Amino acid sequence: MRTGRGSLGRAAVIGVPFAWLAAFFLLPFLVVAKLSVSEMETTTIKDIVAWKDGAIAFSLQFGNYLQLAQDSLYVRTYLASLEYAAVTTLLCLTIGYPFAYFMARARRTLQPALLMLVMLPFWTSFLLRVYAWKALLTEQGLAANAIEWLGIDRVLAAFGLIPGPGQLMNTPFSLVLGMTYTYLPFMILPLYSNLAKMDLCLLEAASDLGATAWTAFWTVTVPLSGAGIIAGAMLVFIPCVGEYVIPELLGGPQTQMIGRTLWDEFFSNNDWPMACTVAVTMVLLVIVPVAVFSRYQAEVEERRT
Amino acid sequence: MRTRARLDRAAFNRVFARSWLALGFAFLYVPIVALVVYSFNDSPVANVWRSFTLKWYVALASDRELLAGLALSLKVALATASASLVLGILAAFALTRYRRFFGRTLFAGMVAAPLVMPEVIIGLSLLLMLVSLQRATEAIFGTGFPERGMLTIWLGHLLLGMAYATVVVRARLRTLNPQLEEAAMDLGARPWQVFWLVTLPMIGQALVSAFLLTFTLSLDDVVLSAFLSGPGATTMPLVIFSRARLGLNPSVNAVATIIIALVAIGVIAASFVLARNERRHAQDMAAANRRTTS
Repeated sequence: MRTGRGSLGRAAVIGVPFAWLAAFFLLPFLVVAKLSVSEMETTTIKDIVAWKDGAIAFSLQFGNYLQLAQDSLYVRTYLASLEYAAVTTLLCLTIGYPFAYFMARARRTLQPALLMLVMLPFWTSFLLRVYAWKALLTEQGLAANAIEWLGIDRVLAAFGLIPGPGQLMNTPFSLVLGMTYTYLPFMILPLYSNLAKMDLCLLEAASDLGATAWTAFWTVTVPLSGAGIIAGAMLVFIPCVGEYVIPELLGGPQTQMIGRTLWDEFFSNNDWPMACTVAVTMVLLVIVPVAVFSRYQAEVEERRT
Repeated sequence: MRTRARLDRAAFNRVFARSWLALGFAFLYVPIVALVVYSFNDSPVANVWRSFTLKWYVALASDRELLAGLALSLKVALATASASLVLGILAAFALTRYRRFFGRTLFAGMVAAPLVMPEVIIGLSLLLMLVSLQRATEAIFGTGFPERGMLTIWLGHLLLGMAYATVVVRARLRTLNPQLEEAAMDLGARPWQVFWLVTLPMIGQALVSAFLLTFTLSLDDVVLSAFLSGPGATTMPLVIFSRARLGLNPSVNAVATIIIALVAIGVIAASFVLARNERRHAQDMAAANRRTTS
């Protein structure tokens, strides 16, 4: 069966998507990496990639990276992005873990409906759902009124998350709330699929051996769901670091994030090499979490086959 | 006494679980409901309810900018979903059927990376590559290719769509029984016949959901489109985004309501069809079992 034709089919099945990704995913990265060490002489776009004798003329300059490391504004933005992403991940885990747990322990017949309800927001526009919070959090909005009525805004102000009571929009608070809202399903789904597969006999065994429900939860359930926690955390953390739309719509001038910096360098300052430098640094920032994530994916795959 | 305490705790746990789920769903759905409600709001302050109106919907019908954006978005989404499906099927097959080939780790990484990679990076890098390509072709042939516009937006969306389509198709391929394909091969079917007659019908449902998922992804994308669009090629999300940036805008709410209504109808219809198929399948299996046992 495995004649010349079979191997030709194999070459096509592997080769076409491979070549596509190499051309439109890998190659662009190399272009960005190269541009990040080139210098821009004028602010016109045309001069950046100069054609000299059929080859792109670049001069290797690490000036952009130096500028990035020395400018405290960039450094602060990077740190702030990591912080916002970490806080969002933690919030998603705190809300999402019990949620996924209770979902997985709900009646079997009910679970498909619950799962669909979690996935349904995916199908409606992400942009519009973020925009919805703008109306809710702006003065006299539904959520703003509820928060003020409960007095939560005073607590937030005391922690410095909002400048003062009643000022909820364009603050670290509104930014993190929007990101938590957007990425919560990404945390719930892997956790749920992990928890739903758990062998409940293990909990019975723990209980037979004298563990209380609480001890059994922390020593059996949580460690067993480690893979789900990692997957969920990565699915939330990595995109959050580079998020642009949410900080632009819900954040303020105080909540600069790195995705926004890249955007501004590119669109407002027209400084393409600097935008590339920011991009390369961002890739370095998320490459460790991405590696962790893909290793987890590979492990899951291995277990399934 | 002890059983009583345990019962109380069980009841408490149940109530706690239910309220946690209810609050979670409220968190997920209140913004969506508010979006819909405010679209019927006739008030100078966009987020304070005053009275019912349909004027935002009427205004929508003559909103040239938005309608042009919608037309472009639909075209791009259709092209993206179709091409994502083709590339996604190929990539999923490559990853599930061939355990070993040169560069498999790199390939698997590149397929999955767009799922988590910040979109600003994907957009920027693809744009700069395409600009370099354009300059190169301009230097060689006199005319630059590709122009920024629908084609370049499609290329960007395709990267994202392909990644999602691969995940969906791959998950389905993994659960397939390989014996069915082997049986077809043993009966003399050629590889492409096996694919068309055996594999494709079995993964059909996954293909439909992959198509719908990539379609909605493309229809919703802001960041990639912003980088890759050119003059005169503004997608609907770009129009919405530029309005939302400036403040609250009831026209955005009206668009949102229409999209949500379409999605709700689609999802309900799809779940009906799926449930019916499942029931029919169960009946067939039961009938087959009866026949073999009697």
